Amino acid sequence: MGQTISEKILSKHSGQKKVYAGEFVDADIDLAMSHDNTVLISSIFNEIGVKKVWNPDKIVIVLDHRTPANTSKTAENHKIIREFVKKQQIPHFFDVGGGICHQLLPENGFVRPGMLIVGSDSHTTTYGAFGVFGTGIGATDMAAVWTNGKLWFKVPETLRFNISGKLSRYISAKDVVLYIIGKIGADGANYKACEFYGKCIKNMSIDGRMCISNQAMEMGAKVATIPPDKKTVDYVASKVNVKFDVVYSDNDAEYEKIYSFDITDIEPQIACPNKVDNVKPVREVEGTEINQAVLGSCTNGRLEDLAVAAEILKGKKLSKNVRMIIVPASRQIYLKAIEKGYIRAFLSAGATVVNPGCGPCLGLHQGVLAEDEVVISSTNRNFKGRMGSPNSKIFLGSPATVAASALNGEITNPRDVIK
Amino acid sequence: MIIKGKAIKYGDDVNTDVIIPGRYLYLTKSAELASHAMEDLDPDFFKKFNRGDIIVAGKNFGCGSSREQAAMCLKYAGVGAIIAKSFARIFYRNAINQGLPIIKSSEAADFIKNMDDLEIDLYATTIKDKTKSLQFEIQPLPIFIREILDDGGLIYNLKKKLRR
Repeated sequence: MGQTISEKILSKHSGQKKVYAGEFVDADIDLAMSHDNTVLISSIFNEIGVKKVWNPDKIVIVLDHRTPANTSKTAENHKIIREFVKKQQIPHFFDVGGGICHQLLPENGFVRPGMLIVGSDSHTTTYGAFGVFGTGIGATDMAAVWTNGKLWFKVPETLRFNISGKLSRYISAKDVVLYIIGKIGADGANYKACEFYGKCIKNMSIDGRMCISNQAMEMGAKVATIPPDKKTVDYVASKVNVKFDVVYSDNDAEYEKIYSFDITDIEPQIACPNKVDNVKPVREVEGTEINQAVLGSCTNGRLEDLAVAAEILKGKKLSKNVRMIIVPASRQIYLKAIEKGYIRAFLSAGATVVNPGCGPCLGLHQGVLAEDEVVISSTNRNFKGRMGSPNSKIFLGSPATVAASALNGEITNPRDVIK
Repeated sequence: MIIKGKAIKYGDDVNTDVIIPGRYLYLTKSAELASHAMEDLDPDFFKKFNRGDIIVAGKNFGCGSSREQAAMCLKYAGVGAIIAKSFARIFYRNAINQGLPIIKSSEAADFIKNMDDLEIDLYATTIKDKTKSLQFEIQPLPIFIREILDDGGLIYNLKKKLRR
C-alpha cells in the first residue's frame, strides 16, 4: 500500500521498512528546538540524571518569548539557559533580539525537507511548509529527547487539503487558513497529519506557506506538511549547503479524508473571540472599535506581511485611539524592512516597532491589554486572557486587515481602504 | 490503579491558556502553580474541587499551547484523573508524562453529571458512576503508557530504566 509523507518520514526515522497510521514507533529526532522554556526542560533533564545531551549539534535554543527579559525572574531564567548552553556546548543558540524560533530555524538552514523536527512549542508545525514532519512536544518529552535523541510517536492518519483558486486583492495565506479552520473546527485535524495541495498552495510564497503550516496547529494538526517543490528547494539551498531528501506521498497513499476548497471568492476573514474557529468574513464585525493592533508573530511577522501593512499605512496616520505594535519576526527581516522603507512608513504613521521576538502574543509584555480592551492581531490564538486581562477581546486577522483597522480605529475590511 | 472522586464538569475546547494563564508560567514551586489551576476558566474551581476529584470535559481538552505547566498544575492540585470526549495531543502526552491519568470516553463524558461519585479502574478499563449506577467501558492504554503512569510519570520511568 502507498504511504503518506508522514508515514514515509516516520518509517525512515524508526529504521522500519514501512509503517502506517495507527502504529507506534520509536523515532530518531533530527533536530530538537526549545526556547525560553529551556529552563524548565533543563531542570527536568538534570533531574533525570543524564549528564550530557545526546548530540549538541542537533539542538537549537532560541530566546524569543520574553525578550528582552520582562522581569528579573525572566532574566534569571535566561541566565540559567545561557549557562546550560555553555555547559552542554550547544553551538546553536540565538540570544535576545535574534527573532522568533520558527523564523530563525528556516532562515539559518536548520530546516530541510524530509527531516523529523520536534520543538517545545506547539507551532513547530510551521516547518511543515518545507516538507518536514515538524511537531510540538512538552518539556518532559523534550528532556527525554535530550537524553537519547529518540521519541515515541503514534503514526497519524492524514487529511489531504486540495486548495484551488487564486488569491485576490488583500486576500492572503492568513485568510485562507482562517477560512479552512472555520470550516474544519478547532479540533477538526486533532492528531492528524495535514497535507496541503492545489494551485493556491503551489502559487503561494514561502512566507505564505509558513503561515498556513503555523496556523494549522489551531485546528489540532499534529503536522501540517506542504510537499516540497522548486520554491522550497531554492529557499533551502540558499540557506545551507547540505543534502536533503524530498519526500512525497505515493499516488496510492490512503487519506482519512480529502477536503477541497476553492478560495477564489472568499472575503477577508477574521477569527472572533474567544476561539480560533469562530471565523467570519470581516464585514460581519466591521465597525467594532479597537484599542490595539498587533502585526507580527511566528504566523505573520515576515517581510511579505510587513510589506502589505506598509503599503496600507504609508503616508497615513493611525487612528489616535489605537496603539499599533509591530514585531518583525527576525533581525534579518527587520533589517530588510528598514532597507525597503517599511519601518519608516510604520513609525511615520504612529506605530510602535519593537524588537524581533514573540512580542505581545502571549500577553506578557510589549503591549499587554487592560480590562475590556479590544485588539486585532495577526498572531495565532485568541483564547480568553491570552494577551492580557481575562476580559480583553482578541480578533485575529491578516496583516492587511490589522493595518486597515489600525488606520480607522475599528475593524475594517482592507478592501475598503482608499489608496 | 483505582481512582475515586467527584466529577467536576466542563465543556469543549478547554485550552491551556485558561488552565494556566501565561502570566503564571514563571512559577516553579508546585503549590504556587497549583493555586492558579483553571483560574481564567473557572475562578470558583477551588471552591468546588477537593483533592482526588476528577475533571470530566467535552472535546479537545487541553488544546492550544504546549505548556506542560497545564498538566503540572492539575497534577499538583491533586486532580485524580481527567475524562474527556477527546484530548489535544500535546496535553495528552504531557498528562501521561506527569503521571496524571487521562481517559478518552465520549459516552462517559456525555452521561456523567457534575458532582457524580466516580470510581475508575484504569487497568480493568471501567468507569463507574456510583451516583447514577452506570458503568462505562474504556479503551485500554498501550502497555508502555501504563508503565509511565504506574511509575508516576516519565521522569521516574526514565530514571528507573537508567538504573537498569
